[in-house]
Amino acid sequence: MILSIQNVVKTYGNYTAVDQVSFDVPKGSVFGLLGPNGAGKTSLIRMITTITGPDSGAIYLEGEKLNERTPEKIGYMPEERGLYKKMKVGDHLQYLAQLKGLTQEQAKKAIHYWFEKFGIEDWAPKKVEDLSKGMQQKIQFIATVIHQPRLLILDEPFTGLDPINTTLIKEEIARLNASGISIIFSTHRMEQVEEMCDHIVLINKGKNVLYGEVQDIKNQYKQNLYRVETQGDLPADFGDRFSVNAQENGAVVVQLDDEAKSNELLAYLIGKQVRITHFEEILPTFNEIFIRRVGETQEA
Amino acid sequence: MSKLGLIIKREYLTRVTKRSFIIGTLLAPIGLAVYLLVIIGLTKYDSGSELKVAVLDEAGMVKQLPDSKGVRYIPSGGKTLDELKSEVEAEKYDGVLRIPPLGTFQKKEHTIFYYSDKKLAPEKSIAIEKRIGERIRNFKIDSLHLDPKTLDMLDTDISIDPEKINGTGEDDSKYTAGVGLAIGGIMTFLMFMMVLVYGQMVMRSVMEEKTSRIVEVMMSSVKPFELMLGKILGTGAVGLTQMVIWVLLSGAVTFIIPLVTGFDAAAGGGMPTTMDAPQIDPDQLQGEGLRIMAELGKQNWPLIIFAFIIFFLGGYFIYSSMFAAIGSAMGDDLGEGQSLVLPVTIPLILSFYIVSMAGWRNPDSGLMVFASLFPLFSPIAMPFRMAFNPPWWQIALSLILVVLSAFFFVWLAGRIYRVGILLYGKKVTFKEIGKWLFYKG
Repeated sequence: MILSIQNVVKTYGNYTAVDQVSFDVPKGSVFGLLGPNGAGKTSLIRMITTITGPDSGAIYLEGEKLNERTPEKIGYMPEERGLYKKMKVGDHLQYLAQLKGLTQEQAKKAIHYWFEKFGIEDWAPKKVEDLSKGMQQKIQFIATVIHQPRLLILDEPFTGLDPINTTLIKEEIARLNASGISIIFSTHRMEQVEEMCDHIVLINKGKNVLYGEVQDIKNQYKQNLYRVETQGDLPADFGDRFSVNAQENGAVVVQLDDEAKSNELLAYLIGKQVRITHFEEILPTFNEIFIRRVGETQEA
Repeated sequence: MSKLGLIIKREYLTRVTKRSFIIGTLLAPIGLAVYLLVIIGLTKYDSGSELKVAVLDEAGMVKQLPDSKGVRYIPSGGKTLDELKSEVEAEKYDGVLRIPPLGTFQKKEHTIFYYSDKKLAPEKSIAIEKRIGERIRNFKIDSLHLDPKTLDMLDTDISIDPEKINGTGEDDSKYTAGVGLAIGGIMTFLMFMMVLVYGQMVMRSVMEEKTSRIVEVMMSSVKPFELMLGKILGTGAVGLTQMVIWVLLSGAVTFIIPLVTGFDAAAGGGMPTTMDAPQIDPDQLQGEGLRIMAELGKQNWPLIIFAFIIFFLGGYFIYSSMFAAIGSAMGDDLGEGQSLVLPVTIPLILSFYIVSMAGWRNPDSGLMVFASLFPLFSPIAMPFRMAFNPPWWQIALSLILVVLSAFFFVWLAGRIYRVGILLYGKKVTFKEIGKWLFYKG
């Protein structure tokens, strides 16, 4: 475990922002922290980054209770992010790196490394305000990872990025993850969760409502829906034998009452000499799971 | 370097290297230099060409007049008024001055006439009136057979010299109050300006960090309190830098300008004199200058400077931390935040008013004693009173209170700042801020 959250509570006056939340983030994982707006994600992140402290419960990073050295092990890119507009890019990165505990020399080396990597060696003397929004985001990303954190927390990292920079940062995240850095990825954009995360936790109204491995959760929420594409028409009695959810030019979505019946469906079609071009189990998208789960907890 | 050190360094360097700071810091001494040059120029200025005046002294009261202040007096030489008038038309003179007989010595007012088509400049007019008046006075003295030396004895200048009844302290002179007022006034004004300007600078900078969203990035590296304190300290250091530069450059300017222009400030030129001011006896003046110097020397400078620095730091910490707290609570909308700023600026302005309205009348009045002890007022009020030798226990108490309050207000501001700085899109009231004080870490 890189991070362990145990029964954490955080209140602001009468308002409970985080209510008895527990989960673990496995080492080396890309972990999705999900939830609608106002669910308590930011409150949780602020506690992990030691900006605030929990009222009760405990948080452990690499087995150690959070302490003064914790910020040096964490790289945090908040959703609300910005830079000192009047500062020069080089000075700015130097400043942030040294605040993360790097020496002047280490910071210089790290800046050089990242500038070279992104091919922006000539940016150092430029003022932040003279950079485009996308360029500033790149600098922001460098500032987040410059001190080689053990845990990277990215809050909506792709908002405001153009497709090229999105790809660039995605690749960089994947590379950092491959090098052993654990990543917490906070977002409400579900297609990114499916693309990038292996574990998730879903927070709603300050409570943990869904937690686990992405694949497990998908299986847990699947509804035994299968999509079959064929050449030619289906047998006439197909509709009597199977419940058809949807049908459109040569494709049909079938609802089975049991997972094991998928082979039965295949065997039936083969037996009827139907030429099958495509057969897949439809797993729920995270968007659906998200909406279902949030809806359930809302009603509860 | 510690994180706090890094923050202070950044806050300091970004401000000191700003063009506006450099210009602002240099502008004040340059302004002073220009002011001095203008004053010197004006004092030395000889208004226009020489005025040639024919003097028709009908009663022989004024005799030969020496030239002075750009007026040349030429005796009529027995010519009549009409002859002289035509000579004016022939541009031999600028005008004719006719001095009719006095008639009776009881006369306190006397009219003389100036004939010319050109206007007589006010400056020349005053000079002529004065000169002729002196001559007529002498004429009266001679005619009445009075002794000028005896007459001189009639004039007596009165000044009050305060003396202590008990006490071993230094004897006060008539200059004590004036010098005290000047020192106190300068310190009060400097203090007020610095605290107001730099306090608001802290506030704006906190707001900028909040609205530019850098603050959450910073918070993940440093504690809110560190960031706030670093900002207050860094900005305060900028204020001190500016003050030191001002003092040094102003000193240099007031020293060098008279040297370059050959203007003798010590001989009374430092003060702009009105055109018809009586000539002051240089001996007396030097005596006065020496006595003021002596008075300045009598002040307890080490104590005044020490206390000034403590009060500056105390006042600056109290107000800038409050400004920082307010800045953190404000959103992007400066107008909306105005209602939060006012309660912080009011005590500052009030203290300045108390000093400027009540302080100079009686530095030891009850109101001033209160103001010089109450920590929100004392940084402004006590330095003013310091120049008037208040009881030592009041100075000590005031210092202790201001230092304790500075710590208290910085702590209080820290409690507000840590919540406010991370809060977006909410209109904040004082009630709300009050609640933040009790939020857990």
